[in-house]
Amino acid sequence: MAQVFAYLVHNDGVLDDSAMELVVAAKAVGDDVTAIVTGSGIDAVADAAAQIFPKVIKVDDAALAYPNAEVVRKALVTIIPKGSVVLFANNTFAMDCAPGLSIKMDAAYVSDIIGLEADGTTLKTIRQEFGGEVNTHVDVDAADGAVVTLRPGTFAPDESKAAGGSVEAAAAGDMSAKRTFIEIVEPEAGDVDITKADLLVSIGRGIEEEDNIEIAHELAKAMGAGAEVSCSRPIVDAKWLEPSRQVGTSGCTVKPKVYMACGISGSFQHMGGIKGGFVIAINKNENAPIFQVANVGIVADILEFIPELTEALGDL
Amino acid sequence: MEILVCVKRVPDSAENEIEMNAEGNDIERDDLVFSVNEWDNYAVEEAIQIVDKVGGSVTVVTVGDDESDEVLRREMAMGAAKGILLNDDAFEGSDAKGVATILKGCVAKGNYDLVLTGAQADEGGAAVGGMLAAMLDYPYASLVNKVELGEGKLTVSREIEGGNQEMNSIDLPCVLSIQTGINEPRYVGIRGIRQVSGVEIPELSAADLGVDAATVGEAGVKAKKVDYFVPESGDGAEMLEGSDSEIIAKLIEILKANGGLQ
Ligand SMILES: Cc1cc2nc3c(=O)[nH]c(=O)nc-3n(C[C@H](O)[C@H](O)[C@H](O)COP(=O)(O)OP(=O)(O)OC[C@H]3O[C@@H](n4cnc5c(N)ncnc54)[C@H](O)[C@@H]3O)c2cc1C
Repeated sequence: MAQVFAYLVHNDGVLDDSAMELVVAAKAVGDDVTAIVTGSGIDAVADAAAQIFPKVIKVDDAALAYPNAEVVRKALVTIIPKGSVVLFANNTFAMDCAPGLSIKMDAAYVSDIIGLEADGTTLKTIRQEFGGEVNTHVDVDAADGAVVTLRPGTFAPDESKAAGGSVEAAAAGDMSAKRTFIEIVEPEAGDVDITKADLLVSIGRGIEEEDNIEIAHELAKAMGAGAEVSCSRPIVDAKWLEPSRQVGTSGCTVKPKVYMACGISGSFQHMGGIKGGFVIAINKNENAPIFQVANVGIVADILEFIPELTEALGDL
Repeated sequence: MEILVCVKRVPDSAENEIEMNAEGNDIERDDLVFSVNEWDNYAVEEAIQIVDKVGGSVTVVTVGDDESDEVLRREMAMGAAKGILLNDDAFEGSDAKGVATILKGCVAKGNYDLVLTGAQADEGGAAVGGMLAAMLDYPYASLVNKVELGEGKLTVSREIEGGNQEMNSIDLPCVLSIQTGINEPRYVGIRGIRQVSGVEIPELSAADLGVDAATVGEAGVKAKKVDYFVPESGDGAEMLEGSDSEIIAKLIEILKANGGLQ
């Protein structure tokens, strides 16, 4: 297999943990593995990357101080030889940068994979469809290169940090862009802080109507002071609950003692916001993907089950 | 402002129970219920709101077949002035790159200031917008959840991790992929759809678009779907069974044991 590159992200001078997973994925593809870090004043990040990867290319340029996908793409096209395989952790940066990079490199593209093996110049990958209800085998012809984004959690990370790799600096090239970064705006705090709750009654699209949300509030009340109502994204999109109650990669990260997912299918963007705790899933579809990851599952219609549970708790 | 919105007809995830076919290599497709991709409704709504502010018109386009007509008309009933169907046997089986190649042909035939797509569709690839922008050499922003109009440029907010918003200035023309929640897509009733039922929807082929048939359809696919399968469930959840009252009694024990009830 051709050369393999992994693009590493970092925040506030700290390398993202996904690097430890990407190195495992990269080695599954080929032997010649290099990490790329871009930014401004990133010596510490590059050194951290060299503990994980055998080779690191550092692109240090003021124009890369914020990872604007358009300029990062230009740098990657300059540095990476055509025909290479390029790996990203699947996140909002990869969604911004990777599809266009595949066009500029004239390479194959496959995103959000959850399985990866190399077979000659073919990458044998696995993807999910229909929110995880079914998977697909996708064979990627990487003879002319490939751009691949990897769902976090696909490979067990290599945490040994014993690579003892080398760091080499590369020039970014032309950094002009038609899109410029202005600033990051942080979310406004809501009336409740779901990250502090011991027990979350979390509702998803299965709640069906805005008026039904009341049954979740009643259940949370019956459960006591440590309980709050949280939700999946469609509930916030519909403006039925405020954004501060959304659990997931684009919402809050929570670690309650118990997380009760009611009418939630279990998408990875939702589950990505649950970092620990005992997960109870209630869903009317016995094949709902959330039953693969929950600790306890109940097949039921939440519109009937939740009021029954509330009543039973009231009788205690 | 002239705005092109790319939309797709997809299996409606809320309306279907996905099952494997008898051969066990694909999902059962016979009875699937289709609708417009959820993200695309937000993109069309955003386009209409922009045009309401500054004038111009919204065109919706899809790569599809005759059955995609209903999807285009639904979006026209929302307020898109024109629909275009890109339809050719050669397009069948296209992957994201193929679709972007076809759409590029359509963009080139118009005079659009802004091209919108949904952030992703049924296959979760989230690739067409970014590929199209790269082919056109337009700037691109994905996962956009706010658009403000400026002189020859836009200020757009991208939704990134943790609910943070990444604010960017982006030159026109550009391609944006639109995230759910950016607006509240208007309701479309039967009456609205009836009103646009007579509007002619031009259909363009590979030749009309100047697209080389060898670069699209199955011929152009580098990431080939081999088959579908049901994932092994790993350990999976312990399923509580019995009557409702038995299940609730067990659940209350579990809640207590895990510190969920004080
Ligand atoms: C970049 C990006 C970021 C995202 N970030 C997030 C995020 O932070 N958080 C998030 O949640 N999502 C996020 N999403 C969306 C995510 O991909 C899913 O679309 C979303 O999580 C689905 O929500 P859901 O499970 O409530 O709805 P669905 O997937 O529609 O599932 C509804 C479930 O309810 C069940 N159901 C229906 N009716 C009933 C009933 N009466 N009783 C019992 N069960 C019932 C159904 O069987 C189904 O399993 C993001 C997507 C993208 C692209």
